[in-house]
Parts: sequence; C-alpha cells; structure tokens
Amino acid sequence: MPVGALTSIAHRVTGICLALSIPAVVYFLDLSLQSPQGYAQVVGWFDHLVVRIGLILLIWALAHHLLAGIRHLLMDIDAGSQLRVARRSALLVNIGGIVVALLAAGVIL
Amino acid sequence: MTGLRAWLVQRVSAVCMLLITLFVLVHFLVDPPRSYLAWHDWMMSPGISVLTLVFFAALFSHMWVGVRDVVMDYIHPTAYRVLVLAVLGISLVAMAGWVLRIVLIGRG
Repeated sequence: MPVGALTSIAHRVTGICLALSIPAVVYFLDLSLQSPQGYAQVVGWFDHLVVRIGLILLIWALAHHLLAGIRHLLMDIDAGSQLRVARRSALLVNIGGIVVALLAAGVIL
Repeated sequence: MTGLRAWLVQRVSAVCMLLITLFVLVHFLVDPPRSYLAWHDWMMSPGISVLTLVFFAALFSHMWVGVRDVVMDYIHPTAYRVLVLAVLGISLVAMAGWVLRIVLIGRG
C-alpha cells in the first residue's frame, strides 16, 4: 500500500473511532461536573490500566487525525501536492501520530 | 448538506476545534485544575462555557460531514444508508442536547 493511502485510510478509521468515543467523553464530562463524588469517580477511572491504554489509543487517533487533517488543509491551498512532497508529508503524518502517542504513553503510564 | 458547503463546514469546524484544543492543552499544562471546585469553576466561567458550546457545535457538524462521507462510500443500499444516517443524526442532536444540559445545569 502506498504511504499516502495508509495515511488516508487511517484518517478515516481514526475519525470513526473518535466519533464512537464521543458519547463516553460527554458522559465523563457530565459526571466530572455533577458533584465532587462524580469528579472523584472519573479521576478514579484513570487508575485502571485498561482506561489508560484506551486513552493513549485515543490520543494516537486524535494526533493522526489532526495531523492528516492539517496535511489536507495544506493541500487545499496547493502546498505540497506534488507526489514527492506528498509522500514525504504522508510519512511524516504517520510517524508524527505515533510519536505523540509515545510521548502521551510516557506521561500517562 | 453537500458539496462545497460540506467541504467548508468540515474545514471551518476543524480549525475551530484545533484552536480550542490547543488553548485547553496549554491551560492544562500551565495551570491544571486540581480539585472539583477548580474544575467546575473553570468550566462554568462565562468564557469557557461559550467555548465549550462552540467546540461541541463544531464537533457535531464535523462528525455529521465526516461520518456521512464514510457511510456514502461504503454503504450502498439506500435503506441501510438512510437508517445509518438517521441514527447518526438523532445521536448528534441528542448529544448536543446533553452538552447544552451539562452547561446550563452546571451554571445553575
């Protein structure tokens, strides 16, 4: 698979994953603002390893989606749409998402 | 919403969310809320309440255009398309109501 295709399909997959996570995000936001008990409950959730790993995966999804989106915006204004540059920026996006996720993992784990 | 309008909504909402996300990220790095009271007061201050509503309005518009694009590419039978888009639309409106309720109740 060409590197640009990988960036593009991952942009879609991460978008759908992020969309599916939004109900949980709104639920956590609601609970954390309802009462001190709710806030403590949300903070307590992040003691679980599974929740932390889920958070890191979501951060990867967000980072990839965001970087791929910025690449799209740049191409809209015709920056970097030549094949050679486009391939390099696609690789940069794929690696960038992983780097952000690893940094997040370093902080969270 | 189709064509140029969807294209524009997708980009304007993306830039909106990007700016708000950067702002929140910097705030959390510089001065993270360390208690329920600090978190609640910050979230319910007038500026952040408005920013929250703007963020979720952008998010839900972005989700409508984005998920719709994916649905149109991979789901072809009209009945399934209509069903999935209806579920998506209703979910987005419901979640928008939920966010509005969080902000309104929080602000008392």
